[in-house]
Amino acid sequence: MQKFTKISGIAAPMPLVNIDTDMIIPKQFLKTIKRSGLGVNLFDEMRYDDDRNEIPDFVLNKPQYRDAQILVTGENFGCGSSREHAPWAIADFGITCVIAPSFADIFYSNCFKNGILPIALPQEQVDVLMNDAEKGSNARIEVDLEAQTITSSDGQVFTFEVDSFKKHCLMNGLDDIGLSLEKVAAIDGFEAKASAERPWV
Amino acid sequence: MSPKTLYDKIWDAHVAHEAEDGTCLLYIDRHLVHEVTSPQAFEGLRMAGRTVRAPDKTIAVPDHNVPTTPGRDDPKNMTEDSAIQVAALDTNAKEFGIHYYPVSDVRQGIVHIVGPEQGWTLPGMTVVCGDSHTATHGAFGALAHGIGTSEVEHVLATQTLIQKKSKNMKVEITGKLAPGVTAKDITLSVIGATGTAGGTGYVIEYCGDAIRDLSMEGRMTVCNMAIEGGARAGIIAPDEKTYEYCKGRPHAPKGAAWEAAVAWWKTLYTDEDAHFDKVVTLKGEDIAPVVTWGTSPEDVLPITASVPSADSFTGGKVGAAQRSLEYMDLTPGTPLTDIEIDTVFIGSCTNGRIEDLRAAAAILKGKKKKDGLRAMVVPGSGLVRAQAEEEGLAQIFIDAGFEWRLAGCSMCLAMNPDQLAPGERCAATSNRNFEGRQGRGGRTHLMSPAMAAAAAITGKLTDVREMM
Ligand code: SF4
Repeated sequence: MQKFTKISGIAAPMPLVNIDTDMIIPKQFLKTIKRSGLGVNLFDEMRYDDDRNEIPDFVLNKPQYRDAQILVTGENFGCGSSREHAPWAIADFGITCVIAPSFADIFYSNCFKNGILPIALPQEQVDVLMNDAEKGSNARIEVDLEAQTITSSDGQVFTFEVDSFKKHCLMNGLDDIGLSLEKVAAIDGFEAKASAERPWV
Repeated sequence: MSPKTLYDKIWDAHVAHEAEDGTCLLYIDRHLVHEVTSPQAFEGLRMAGRTVRAPDKTIAVPDHNVPTTPGRDDPKNMTEDSAIQVAALDTNAKEFGIHYYPVSDVRQGIVHIVGPEQGWTLPGMTVVCGDSHTATHGAFGALAHGIGTSEVEHVLATQTLIQKKSKNMKVEITGKLAPGVTAKDITLSVIGATGTAGGTGYVIEYCGDAIRDLSMEGRMTVCNMAIEGGARAGIIAPDEKTYEYCKGRPHAPKGAAWEAAVAWWKTLYTDEDAHFDKVVTLKGEDIAPVVTWGTSPEDVLPITASVPSADSFTGGKVGAAQRSLEYMDLTPGTPLTDIEIDTVFIGSCTNGRIEDLRAAAAILKGKKKKDGLRAMVVPGSGLVRAQAEEEGLAQIFIDAGFEWRLAGCSMCLAMNPDQLAPGERCAATSNRNFEGRQGRGGRTHLMSPAMAAAAAITGKLTDVREMM
């Protein structure tokens, strides 16, 4: 997995609430059996018209946001389906950090498995960063996972919470299956005990 | 011992390892798999030289992509990419030795309908699937939730999931439902009250007399949409109805094992005085037949209401409502019952079970759908379909002018050929009204099967109580 430590990048503003996984990556792109190549279809139905031409008004089509590494957005981002195609598409586009007042559960944990740092901040702080993001390439936002801080373009610093285990895995690019398999003795032990207690399972 | 919630009890019974910071390896009793979210997980196993740890607890069925028209077991009748995904599941199931219901099997259907139907889902279990509507299985008093593909791979390899415990939320529905009001109206009304993020970070336990009164089918409908309220899972304590439903199912325990299982299941309830971090109470009597008007499942109103205006909302919801109204092409102030539809979809893991088909057929019996309207019934499994044929329901639908389809997800998410055209408006019994969910530019109104049947007859959103 891609490591995430620190970035300083352009943030794209998407001030919409409840952006769902069907908006992030519509179902017609779920038919792949690979993880890569979904970036061109990120936000597909908002990004292209019926003839597959880019819609110039859509934020990621604007020249100043084409290289955005951060997305600043509204509450409940990533609600809807469990499709990991959503973070795959986001990462493939080049965005590695999403900042919002809140996230849907499954999407939130899917991000960490794909080198993306989702950050939940109070609405007022998201508003400040949203303003910053509106400035396009004139503003760079810095995100430091080690220090758990975000620095706006004019030097305001916000701190954020992140689970210590998730942080550790993300900073070191660890494969958590490998980590869990180190605990195979505990799993074996549990399985033996559970199958004695609940043999019908 | 301090009093525990039902969620606490199931959680505690499945912790295989707990780290100092509270991160747990939660043991998984049943892992359900479908064709869309699993290929990359099996590929990951293969690349790392790993195997499926507990193939006996792993069950696969293709459902999202499959056509619902005859001849579908011939891959030539699928689009190329769908055929590739279904073939990948065929191969993976065979290669890793997991239980499998191929398209040609009469037991095939939507994964969340097949699991309970075959007795794979039982009280007190942990159940996961790479699909957010895994919450459905919570109706049995199982801790069930959706996971992403990386987690699918993790469960395949380790039979555990890395988890931290969620908070407890209680949703109580007191009293009795009025005639014409169903489980779907309960679950939509709860989301209308709490919002789509109201349950984020929680596991919801649904309780109260109105929940107890529901059949297992109705309870599955309620839990199915827990995810639409943002919750990790929805759960209902098992009772006699639960045992009755499970008894005799192909993979349910038999004989002495059955007795032992029931004895344990009887301990699965929330202790008196157990702590909930959040409580929401609705009166059953206050719940009306509802429909959605917008593009979020929280956009719920009683069928007797009118389309709201965007400025009746606050905060970020103003812009979202504005966008919804434009997308849905609705004018504020229009009575909901004036909204004309051109498509009716009855099916999905929310409302594709036998009881749902009975409720719709009861309204349609001896009647016809409105001319020019496209109406489709997609049973949730091959066995539901067979039972509906035996009970004469299929004939009622056919006589009313509905298409009688084979089992699958179908127009719930439109990954197969069943899709809305841009601008088409659908009365749907599924669970999501997101933009483009049923086809690009398509417009979805969510409702119960009886309400969808009523809409098919009039061609408009309709208060089913006027037809009863
Ligand atoms: S019926 Fe719809 S919601 Fe249910 S599993 Fe299929 S696609 Fe998902």
